[in-house]
Amino acid sequence: MTGRPPAPGRKLRRVRFASNAGFWLLAIPLALFIAFIVYLSGYLFRNGVSVLSWTFLTQAPAEGMTAGGIWPCIVGTVLVTFVSLVFSVPIGVFSAIYLAEYAPNNLLTRAIRSSVRSLAGVPSIVYGLFGVALFVSAMKLGLSILASGLTLGLMNLPWIIATAEEAISAIPGSFREGALALGATKWEAIRHNVLPYAFPGILTGILLALARTLGETAPILFTGVTYYTKQLPTSLSSKFMALPYHLFTLATQHDRILEVRPLAFGTAIVLLVFVLLFDAVAFVFRLRSAGSNKWQV
Amino acid sequence: MPASNKPAEVSGTPPQGRTGTGQPRLRLRKLTDKSAGVLFWVNSLLSAVILLGILAFLLYYGVRTFRETPVVGFLFGTKWNPDAYGEPSYGIIPLLVGSFLTTLIALLIAVPAGIAGAIVISERLKGWVRVTVKTMVELFAGFPSVVLGFFGLVVLAPLIARVFHVPSGLNLLNAGVLLGLMSLPTIISVTDDALRVVPHSYREAAYALGATPWTTAFRIVLPAARSGILAAVMLGFGRAVGETMVVLMVAGNAAIIPHSLFDPIRTITSTIAIELGESAFGSTHFYALFALGFVLFLIALGTNLVAESLIRREKRSFTL
Amino acid sequence: MTQTKIAIDKLNLWFGDNHVLKDVTFGIPPNAVTAIMGPSGCGKSTLLRTINRMNDLILGTRVTGDIVIDGESIFADSTDVIDLRKRVGMVFQKPNPFPKSIYENIAFGPRIHKMGGRADIQQRVERALRAANLWDEVKDRLHDNAFSLSGGQQQRLCTARCLSVEPEILLLDEPASALDPNSTARLEELIRQLKKDYTVVIVTHNMQQAARASDWCAFLMLGEIVEFDRTGRIFTKPRDQRTEDFLSGRFG
Repeated sequence: MTGRPPAPGRKLRRVRFASNAGFWLLAIPLALFIAFIVYLSGYLFRNGVSVLSWTFLTQAPAEGMTAGGIWPCIVGTVLVTFVSLVFSVPIGVFSAIYLAEYAPNNLLTRAIRSSVRSLAGVPSIVYGLFGVALFVSAMKLGLSILASGLTLGLMNLPWIIATAEEAISAIPGSFREGALALGATKWEAIRHNVLPYAFPGILTGILLALARTLGETAPILFTGVTYYTKQLPTSLSSKFMALPYHLFTLATQHDRILEVRPLAFGTAIVLLVFVLLFDAVAFVFRLRSAGSNKWQV
Repeated sequence: MPASNKPAEVSGTPPQGRTGTGQPRLRLRKLTDKSAGVLFWVNSLLSAVILLGILAFLLYYGVRTFRETPVVGFLFGTKWNPDAYGEPSYGIIPLLVGSFLTTLIALLIAVPAGIAGAIVISERLKGWVRVTVKTMVELFAGFPSVVLGFFGLVVLAPLIARVFHVPSGLNLLNAGVLLGLMSLPTIISVTDDALRVVPHSYREAAYALGATPWTTAFRIVLPAARSGILAAVMLGFGRAVGETMVVLMVAGNAAIIPHSLFDPIRTITSTIAIELGESAFGSTHFYALFALGFVLFLIALGTNLVAESLIRREKRSFTL
Repeated sequence: MTQTKIAIDKLNLWFGDNHVLKDVTFGIPPNAVTAIMGPSGCGKSTLLRTINRMNDLILGTRVTGDIVIDGESIFADSTDVIDLRKRVGMVFQKPNPFPKSIYENIAFGPRIHKMGGRADIQQRVERALRAANLWDEVKDRLHDNAFSLSGGQQQRLCTARCLSVEPEILLLDEPASALDPNSTARLEELIRQLKKDYTVVIVTHNMQQAARASDWCAFLMLGEIVEFDRTGRIFTKPRDQRTEDFLSGRFG
């Protein structure tokens, strides 16, 4: 929508008043929603900020989780997310390149594209089930970072393919044609004339997928996350602790629930900050690169 | 996708003549080109295989349930009690009802609020206000579900217990409200997209006739976008029905058919999450959970595919 | 001395820093067809869209000067834009029917302006379609989708849609540019009929069309009115050299 609605006259007709009033009415649920978002964030920070400290972030839990910190959780979350991206980013981006640049424009390709997007909407617990069946038992990876990481990677994969493919398809055909007309091979045209311009979009997609993966609990529940480990994970086959699961157990499973509640708030804040950080970076990135898209008039 | 984005392959030999250093370089370039193509093709095939594999796996494991218990009992049984001594029952109905009811409550909240919000965002808000509102909505969409579940546990449950004079706030209502909040961003974004795809010329024609923005929005834009809006509702449904952690933490965890908003319930998702750790690997119980997962997968996939086609249909309706 | 329905007085318009209309001053007489002609990009459409304040919808527009319709300025605080747009109808360059049935397209205007009950609206629809020379062609398929009509029919539909709210003034923005010669001829015939009851202003870059269809003609170039006079006289004895150059095809 390009401009503002008609400028009001001093003697507003009933019609105009009704129109504006209507929009104000519609805006109420939206305003309430925004207010809730602000309230929720404020509530969490207010209740957990007392627990936050350098020691909280860098020490392991102690005394049955009623004291100490969440360092192993941070490590575990970072590791498992990293593993998932190592798996899903290359496969995802390369698949997206294939779909956008090489696949013929026929029914099969359209079906694949549609399926990929639909798979992005499959519940995360289903991936968890699959992870148990395939990675934990069939591939004998056991409960481990690797199993959880691969499970999360599977969950990521459709998201990354979908966003990367969109970013690549958005590049005008004329870019490719110009390169080919000068005698470039197809791959050279893609590498020099398409990917650099699609890169911001692809990166934004990856960052958003990363942010979402950080907070996921269901896929890791039965593939490797654990309540407590004495030491940090030593290898890819170790069990691990993770922020979302830690929050879950502190909130629901601990025998001294009320006592550890502040720690739960602290964990919630740390998790939220991680997620929002990556989201914010992705947004800023998207805004900045949208501004410099000279070919998008 | 426009065909022009897909140029033809480079083929043939370069013209003879003054190109000089051409040949070995060209062979290398062509080899790289071929390899790149193969690499991408293989990855894409891998993706397709993986994604199909999930479907197959779930089906394979799920079907094993029915070696011990009849399909009919699964699909139509009203008792889910896999650990019952002697006579375990695997009826999916209470879980389906739980999923369905929580999603219903969620949509009752999220659909009106979401569509209203999207209309305001798309047809009225401009500039930095619009960007801020959209960003906040999208940021909320990224809130981990455990955090929301935690909120439901710590704030919403006591609130419900106090306001409605019930012993526990961990129930259908709590889960429904939270799921509604979680679906709101989806419904808002997809509806906003659907409204913005409506050609501006429709609005212009209406304004030129002396219509107010409200009339234009409701009489012209909204009806034109109805397929897209329906898609938004379906995607919101998919989001709500697939949510696990929130339900796990606030829905009360009882595999019964509820008689009121304040009864505890289980959904398909929370059942899988709770029982997968408890069931013995390879037992009927274990396989039954996969059968549940398969049902969930079908529901989610089906909803998404329909939503996709609705969005495509809306886009096509403007290119007559 | 002819009357003036629309008096445009020293109208200036900027899109941001772009000075698009410069001191435009002339008077549009009632019950006649006035053509605004000129080379592409000289501001004709912008001028037209200012008369019904459609330019308000574009961010960054700035206007000085005045447009007075029947003695009242359209920019006054007391002017209601909604009412203005009911009195001043517009047909766009590219036909833009609503994605509804033929009947619903025409009924939309009267409905939102609450011009009567169901029977009234039915009458208005028929009257409008007859006035637009479209009734005979669509009377048996009023509930078909508007997009099933041909381009020329769609344009007449959009005209009928304007007429259904009983405007006094009709603004036509290059209405025939998307149409084939036959449809164009029928549209021009319609325009000639309409001037009996309405004040018609038509923008065109096709000077033959201006010569055929209009009584008065304003020649606009680079945002300035070069000449304004009766069509017959402008085409036979143009006063300004630029007008003569345009008419003889020295630039388009």
